[in-house]
Amino acid sequence: MTSTDQQPFLSVKDLKVHFSTEDGVVKAVDGLSFDLMRGKTLGIVGESGSGKSVTNLTILGLHNPDSTAVEGSIELDGQELNGAPEKTLEHLRGNKMAMIFQDALASLSPYHTIGAQIGEVYRKHKGASKKEARERAIEMLRRVGIPQPESRVDNYPHEFSGGMRQRAMIAMALVCDPELLIADEPTTALDVTVQAQIMDLLKDLQREFGTAIIFITHDLGVIADIADEVLVMYGGRCVERGTKKEVLRSPQHPYTWGLLASMPSLDGPVDVPLNPIPGSPPSLLNPPSGCRFHPRCAFAEKVGGNRCATESPVLEITDGRGSACHLTDEQRTEHLADLTAAKHH
Amino acid sequence: MSSTTPLLDVSGLTKHFPIKGGFPIRRTVGAVQAVDGLDFQVAEGESLGLVGESGCGKSTTGRLITRLLEPTAGKVSYRGQDITHANRKELAPIRSEIQMIFQDPYASLNPRHTVGKIISGPMEINNVNPAGGRENRVRELLEIVGLNPEHYNRFPHEFSGGQRQRIGVARALALQPKLIVADEPVSALDVSIQAQVVNLLQKVQKELGIAFVFIAHDLAIVRHFSQRVAVMYLGKIVEIADREDLYDNPRHPYTRALLSAVPEATVDAEPRERIRLVGDVPSPINPPSGCRFRTRCWKATEKCATEAPPLVQADGNKPGHLTACHYPEVRDTVPAPRLSKDPEAAA
Amino acid sequence: MFRFLVRRILGAVITLFIISAITFMLFYAVPRDPARMACGKLCTPETLQLIRHNMGIDEALPVQYWHWITGIFLGREYPGFGHCNAPCLGYSFVNREPVLSTIADRFPTTVSLALGSAVVFLIFGIGTGMLAAVKQGKALDKIASSASLVASSMQIYFVGPLALYFLVYQFHILDQPSYNSFLGDPLSWANGLLVPWLVLALIWTANYTRMTRSQLVETLTEDYVRTARAKGMSRRNVFFRFAWRGAMAPIVTIFGIDLGTLLGGAMITEYTFSLQGIGLLSVKSVQTNDLPMLLGIMVITSSFVVIANIIVDAVYGLIDPRIRLA
Repeated sequence: MTSTDQQPFLSVKDLKVHFSTEDGVVKAVDGLSFDLMRGKTLGIVGESGSGKSVTNLTILGLHNPDSTAVEGSIELDGQELNGAPEKTLEHLRGNKMAMIFQDALASLSPYHTIGAQIGEVYRKHKGASKKEARERAIEMLRRVGIPQPESRVDNYPHEFSGGMRQRAMIAMALVCDPELLIADEPTTALDVTVQAQIMDLLKDLQREFGTAIIFITHDLGVIADIADEVLVMYGGRCVERGTKKEVLRSPQHPYTWGLLASMPSLDGPVDVPLNPIPGSPPSLLNPPSGCRFHPRCAFAEKVGGNRCATESPVLEITDGRGSACHLTDEQRTEHLADLTAAKHH
Repeated sequence: MSSTTPLLDVSGLTKHFPIKGGFPIRRTVGAVQAVDGLDFQVAEGESLGLVGESGCGKSTTGRLITRLLEPTAGKVSYRGQDITHANRKELAPIRSEIQMIFQDPYASLNPRHTVGKIISGPMEINNVNPAGGRENRVRELLEIVGLNPEHYNRFPHEFSGGQRQRIGVARALALQPKLIVADEPVSALDVSIQAQVVNLLQKVQKELGIAFVFIAHDLAIVRHFSQRVAVMYLGKIVEIADREDLYDNPRHPYTRALLSAVPEATVDAEPRERIRLVGDVPSPINPPSGCRFRTRCWKATEKCATEAPPLVQADGNKPGHLTACHYPEVRDTVPAPRLSKDPEAAA
Repeated sequence: MFRFLVRRILGAVITLFIISAITFMLFYAVPRDPARMACGKLCTPETLQLIRHNMGIDEALPVQYWHWITGIFLGREYPGFGHCNAPCLGYSFVNREPVLSTIADRFPTTVSLALGSAVVFLIFGIGTGMLAAVKQGKALDKIASSASLVASSMQIYFVGPLALYFLVYQFHILDQPSYNSFLGDPLSWANGLLVPWLVLALIWTANYTRMTRSQLVETLTEDYVRTARAKGMSRRNVFFRFAWRGAMAPIVTIFGIDLGTLLGGAMITEYTFSLQGIGLLSVKSVQTNDLPMLLGIMVITSSFVVIANIIVDAVYGLIDPRIRLA
C-alpha cells in the first residue's frame, strides 16, 4: 500500500455519464465529485433515476462502452480507472473493488452452486486451486454467518432463503478482501429483521477489514444506521453532502427536507397528512433547466425571480459539507428553526 | 360504531396450499400452511394494518378476504353474510363493495386500455350506470385521486409509477366500495411518491368512510395509516391492538423485535434497543410445534414447544389488545437481551 | 431421476395407447373398405366376406383394436397372409408385407436425413446466433439477422431443385442424392445425403440463428451476468459460462420437438430428392388407402415425439438445477 491514510482511497471528480438511446442522450450522471477514505462508509441517497446506481456501475467499468460516454476522473488508490484497459479493470473487479446488488436471487447464477460462484473469484484473482477455492468459500460462508457451510457450499442459490442469499453474495464480494465495497441497495428487498442482520454483518466486516464502503439506498433510516458521510443525489447531480449528523440533523437542501418530511416515523403524529414532495422525479432525457429540482421545489419562489429555473446552483463544498441551492444561509436557518418549532409544538 | 355487526368478520380463516408428490402416483403429501386460523374484525370506516415479513401469509389473507382464493377452513362474513364459499352469483353484489389495490402499478394495469377504460372497467363488469354516465364518473374519480380528468384517453405507460398507483386507486373507488384491501400499495414507489399515495389513501378513507385492510411490511407507514394493527408470523396473528398500544407497548416478543429492527432516519434520539433475531423464518410446510415463533425467541421454554399460545387479552393489556404469547413482554423492563445463544455459531 | 423416468415412461405408454386408439377409430371409421378395393370389379358378397376375414377386418371395431394391440406384444395370425411376428403393427394389404418391416426398411433413410441435417443446422445456427449476439448491433449482427430472415422464408421445393440444378447437374460439385447404407460405406452414405442435408438445414439454420441470438441477448442482460462481470470474469468467460448456460435450456426444448418432427419424415425433402423415407411412405400410403401402414407410421412417429419430449425434460433438469425432476 503506497498511499497514506490522508489521501482519499477513492476520488471521483466531475464524473459525467451520458447514454445514447433511441430517444436521445440520457444524462444519467452530470458532474459528480466525491472522496472516500479507507474504512469509511459513504451513503448515497436518491430515488429512481437519480444516477446513484449508474455512478457505481461506472466506477467498476460495467457500463456498456458502445453507448456510454464517461467523462471525468475516477481514481482508486491513485490509479485512474476511467479509460483504463479492460484487462486492468478485470483484475481490479472482485479483487480490489467488489459490488453487491439488491436482488440476490437474480444476481447469483441459478446454474452454479454457491461454492462454485464464490470459489471462481478466488481462483481467478488469487490463482488458487479448486480445492483451496472450495475451502476458502466454506470459510467465507462461515464468516458471513451461514450455518453448516460445509454442506451449504454445494447448494444452489434457489435453495437458500433471501437473507442467506444476500449473505452469500457478501461472501462472494469479500472473498478476495477487497478494499472498496459498493453495496447497491443490498437490503431493500429484505425484511426488516433480516435487513438489521445484514447491516450488522457489514459493519462487523468493515471493522475487521477496514473496507471502504459505498452504500446506495433510498432509505434515510438505513443511512442513519450505517453511513459516516452522506451524498444526496437528484437528477444525476449531487445536491447535498456532509457527515451523517450534518445531513440528518441540519439538512440544507429542500430536496433533503422533502425526503425527510415524506417519511412517516415510528413516533411521529399519525392523523395529519404527510408532506410529500409534489410531482415526480425528472426524466434525464430532458432534464429541467437550471436547478433540476426546481419544478418540485417549494422554495423556488423564495429565491425569487426566475433564478432557479435559469441558473444551475453550484455545489460548494467546504470541509466535506455543502449543498447546491440558491437559498441563502439565513433562509435555510429560518426554515430549520420553523421545523424545530413545529416539532416541539 | 353504530351497528354491532362488524363490516368484515373473519374467524378461523385458514389456507393450506397442497403439495403434490409421492410415487408412483402423485398425491397430496403435505401442505404449505400459508394462513392458519385467523380471527379479526374490521369495523366500518376503520383501517386495519396487517404487518409481517415475507411469507407470513399477509398477502394470502388479503386474497382470501376478497375471495380471489378459496379458504381451506374458517369463515369470512361481510356485513353478517357468510361469503366463505359463496359462488359467483352470490358474490356479485358484494364484489363491488370489496375492492383491491395491488403492489405493482406497472403490472396491474392493462397496457392496451386507456385510463378511462381501466377505471370504468368495474362499472362495466358489474353493469353499474351512475347518474351522468360512466365517463363523467371516471372524470370525477380522476379528480378525486389527483389526476387531470383530461387524461381520460391516455394509456398507462404515459404515467409515472405514482400516477399509475393513483389510477389503481381510482379503479378501486369506481364502485363506491365499503372495504378496500390494499396489498403493499406503496412499496414499489419512490419515497417522495409513497407519501403522496399514503395521503391520497388517507383522504379517501376519511372523506368517503371506506374501511381498509392495509397490508404492508413498512411498520412506520402502517402506523401512520391504520388505526388498528395486526402482526403476523408464519400464518398466525401473534398480536393485534390499537396502534398506540401496539407501537408503545408491544407485548409479543416478535412485535418488539420487529419494531426494534426498523431503522429510523435520526441521529439525535437516544439509541433504541436493538433486538437481533437470528436465523430465518422456519418453513410454513412444517412449522414449529406450539408457538411458531419459539425457535427464534429468547424466552422460549418447554411450554412454548408443546402448547400453542391463544390470542388473548394478556394481563395488563387494554381491551382489544390481544397477544398470543405465554410470556408477554412487560413495558420498561430491561430490554430484551441480544440472543446470547447463537445457533449458527454452535452449528 | 429414476422416479422421473419411470413416471414419464408410464405416462408415455398411456399417451401412445390413446393416440393409437383414436387413430384406429378414425381410420377405420372412414367409409373406405379396403376389402372392397382388393376385391376388384367382379366381386361377389362371398368373396368380399372372405377377403374381409383374411384381412382380419370382419369383426367389431373394438375387437379389431384388441387384436391390433395384442399383435404388438404377441404377434398375430392373418388367415389369408400368414403369420406376422411380434411386435406386429399390422399387415399392409397393398404391398402384402408386415407394416413394421416396411417401416424398418425406410427408417434408416429418414434417420440419416434428420440427424445429418440436425448436425448441420445446430452447428451453423447456434454458431451464427452466438456471433450475432456477441456483435450485437454491429454489421455482422445485421447481416446475420437479415440473412436468416431471408433463409427462413425459403421453401424446400424452391431451394431443393435449385441446389440440385447448380450443385449437382450444372457444376457437378456434389453427388446426386441417394441413400446408401451407413454400415456398408459411410463415405458414400454421406456423399449421397449431402445435398438434402444442406437444403433441409438451410431453413432450420435460420430459425436456430434467430433463436440463439435472441436467447443470448436476453440472458446477457440478466443480473447474474452483470454480477459475473463485477467479479472480474472476462467477457469470454461470462459469455460461455454464464450467458450460454441460460440460453441453452430453451434451445434444447425446441430442438427436441424439432427432432421428433424430423424423425416423423421430411415429406417434401424426401419427395424433392426422391429419397425413400418415412415421409414419402406416408404420402404413398395415403394415395393407396393403406390404412394399416398409416396407422403404423402414426404410432411410430408419435412415439418419437413422446420420447423426444421425455429426453428434453430430462436434459432440462440437468441444465437447470431449479427444475426438480420427480
